[in-house]
Amino acid sequence: MQNGDQHYSMEDETYTDIDGKAISLECQSHSGFCREFTVSSAKVSIGRVMAYTCAVWLSAYIIFFVTENTAVLSSAIIITLVGMMVHIHFVKVDHETLLIIGSLGVQVSSSYASGRESTDFIEMGKIKDIVINEAIHMVRKIKDIVINEAIHMQTVIYYLCILLKDPSDPEAVSSVVPLFQSSKPRLNCLVKVYKSCQEILAKC
Amino acid sequence: MVLKIFFPQCCNKADSGLLVGRWIPGQNSAVVLAVIHYPFIPGQVKQYIQQSGVDLTVLGSWSMPKEGQEGMESFLRDLSTIFPQGQWLQLSREMGKIGFRYGKLIQQEKELKEDVEGEEGGGEKDKVIFIHYEQRKVMLSQLHPVDNGVPDPQTESQLPQVFGTVCQSEPLFFLDKYDDGPVKMTHWQSEGREGSIIVELMKQASTPVCLLTTWILTLWTSLCSSRILNVRPMRFISSKLSTCLQLSYRTEHLQTVCSPTRATAHNHFMRKANIFVSFFVDVSLGLLLVSWMYRENRIGKLANTLVPAADHVAKELEELLQWLMGAPAGLKMNRALDQVLGRFFLYHIHLWISYIHLMSPFIEMILWYVGLSACLGLTFALSLLSDITALLTFHIYCFYVYGARLYCMTVYGLSSLWRLFRGKKWNVLRQRVDSCSYDLDQLFIGTLLFTILLFLLPTTALYYLVFTLLRLVVVMFQGVLHLSVDFINSFPLFAMGLRLFRSYRLAEGVKFRVLCEEPGTPLHLMMDINPLKVSSVVQTYRTPTYSCYPKDSWLALCKKLFLGELIYPWRHKTTKID
Repeated sequence: MQNGDQHYSMEDETYTDIDGKAISLECQSHSGFCREFTVSSAKVSIGRVMAYTCAVWLSAYIIFFVTENTAVLSSAIIITLVGMMVHIHFVKVDHETLLIIGSLGVQVSSSYASGRESTDFIEMGKIKDIVINEAIHMVRKIKDIVINEAIHMQTVIYYLCILLKDPSDPEAVSSVVPLFQSSKPRLNCLVKVYKSCQEILAKC
Repeated sequence: MVLKIFFPQCCNKADSGLLVGRWIPGQNSAVVLAVIHYPFIPGQVKQYIQQSGVDLTVLGSWSMPKEGQEGMESFLRDLSTIFPQGQWLQLSREMGKIGFRYGKLIQQEKELKEDVEGEEGGGEKDKVIFIHYEQRKVMLSQLHPVDNGVPDPQTESQLPQVFGTVCQSEPLFFLDKYDDGPVKMTHWQSEGREGSIIVELMKQASTPVCLLTTWILTLWTSLCSSRILNVRPMRFISSKLSTCLQLSYRTEHLQTVCSPTRATAHNHFMRKANIFVSFFVDVSLGLLLVSWMYRENRIGKLANTLVPAADHVAKELEELLQWLMGAPAGLKMNRALDQVLGRFFLYHIHLWISYIHLMSPFIEMILWYVGLSACLGLTFALSLLSDITALLTFHIYCFYVYGARLYCMTVYGLSSLWRLFRGKKWNVLRQRVDSCSYDLDQLFIGTLLFTILLFLLPTTALYYLVFTLLRLVVVMFQGVLHLSVDFINSFPLFAMGLRLFRSYRLAEGVKFRVLCEEPGTPLHLMMDINPLKVSSVVQTYRTPTYSCYPKDSWLALCKKLFLGELIYPWRHKTTKID
């Protein structure tokens, strides 16, 4: 390594998110008390893009065939383009980063597919602790054909979150900031990040 | 705790010298503001620091040795004896290398203890972070949420203190390298003070212009509050016309902007700037509209189409009433009541048309002069349009009131007689329904009246429905106009422009980036400014207006419509006074 950082790449363990899609975790240790964790989700798949585009344009052609109005075609093109731009700029998250700097604070940033980054920095004085919480996640899809009725299946998921101190009462927790909301990694990935963060929080 | 040193980027290449800045209490951080170069006389430096009016101390020494300047180490160490401090920072950088080396001297009771890197098993080296910041951006930016009170220095978090330190040190940055002072410093303005000719000229020109405008405005307000214009009917009319409302509102705004005192607080400055920019845009759009309308005599054409349009509306209403007087949509109406109501409304329409025809020769002239007032702004043009619509559809409003009152009376009568039918009564004292024993003749007459009203209900209900729908259409149109006026009034254009073109001025927080460093040097971070989100900009800097908002929720509105109460869906708030 040319610089003093240490990278850990995940070739031996593959991580998945709660839906089963593959994600990757990268840990970077810049110094004894500064670490950066990046969770990358799957990129935009070209198959799905083509499927959506074809569906929209096919329906537009059918409507044009029925109504003979060319505005339908141009509006379909515009809708497709605008929809794609909105999706990659506002919806699709490429990777999420957690940068923890001992005695300074924690920085949480999401990077979207178009390159836009949205960052939030929380000072160490406001942080009470970083914990793994449980939540009940509603899954509305019916995955099993055997069950005929529509059931809302609930699963318990784990998420990493930062507990913030209440300014008036140092022992109480005022609010919770959940991390890695879009990538939703599973418990094994979270435990790794959690252990690293706790080491740094304990030092400073 | 880890020691954090905030180092300005402009001093990365500065020559060797003394570091001046401020220690932040309780956070183990130091903010470096400038570097004072050699040669200097320590006494003059101490005097300068005391007289500068800024909370400064000497933090330590900075050395970037060039060729032929070895042997500075002992000289720098001796400096710490001249400037007695609790902690003395020794920062050094070698040419060609990116990272800094750090050493710390702790002075305790004349005994010098050295804690240089490498002696504590590498532990010392790891316990310091260098945070690079761009001094110009931090100086000019404002951290949100803006604190108006006096913060408690003990519990305040670190970032506002850092920003506050840099902002308060503005007098320090007035000295640049071309001044012949006792000390030579490096900071963000040391290459020459930043300034703009246009801004300076505008500052000079603003004072007489402000005084003139304030004088004109005081004349105008005294005229408006004179006795003649404050007679009861004039007050009532002017409170109903939205143009007068907008006029008074703009006068208030102009008074805020043109006050000769300078705005010191950030909020006040932003408010003034927003009002000024929105007023400027409003007036220019209004002038554009006026120039477009008065070209090719468009206003004459508009006036010529106004009377035929009113005629057309009246004709449509007459046809509607004829339809209602027949068998509308196959429903069977009560013939007598139908004819009475229909003829009553037809007569009103006839009166209205006669008045419009009486006014028609003057309409063009009135419209021509009134249209000139659109020069005052686009908002005035829109308010005028709303007022003209209200005046031209006054007969629809009258019909709505007649229909609603009739329907309301029918419904109340029906509900009261329904109670009588069941042997109950409304107790006004207790605000509840009580049982009551009626006499036989009371019951007889009550039942008779109940039956009459019940069978007349469809006719009155139909008239009420038709005129309420017409009224709602007019109200929706006026509402759209008022909403757009409100939007133009309250949207913070200056703050939005600042957010788009100088996004570092409005800061929500900071973001850090790790700079790649060489092994053996402490951690270096770059602190950038995280700009405020666009939605927060609009929310924070919105000018409070007499905004038009729906008074009732949808449910309450439907209930009122059902009962026949008169609805005034838009209600003006009075302007908030800060």
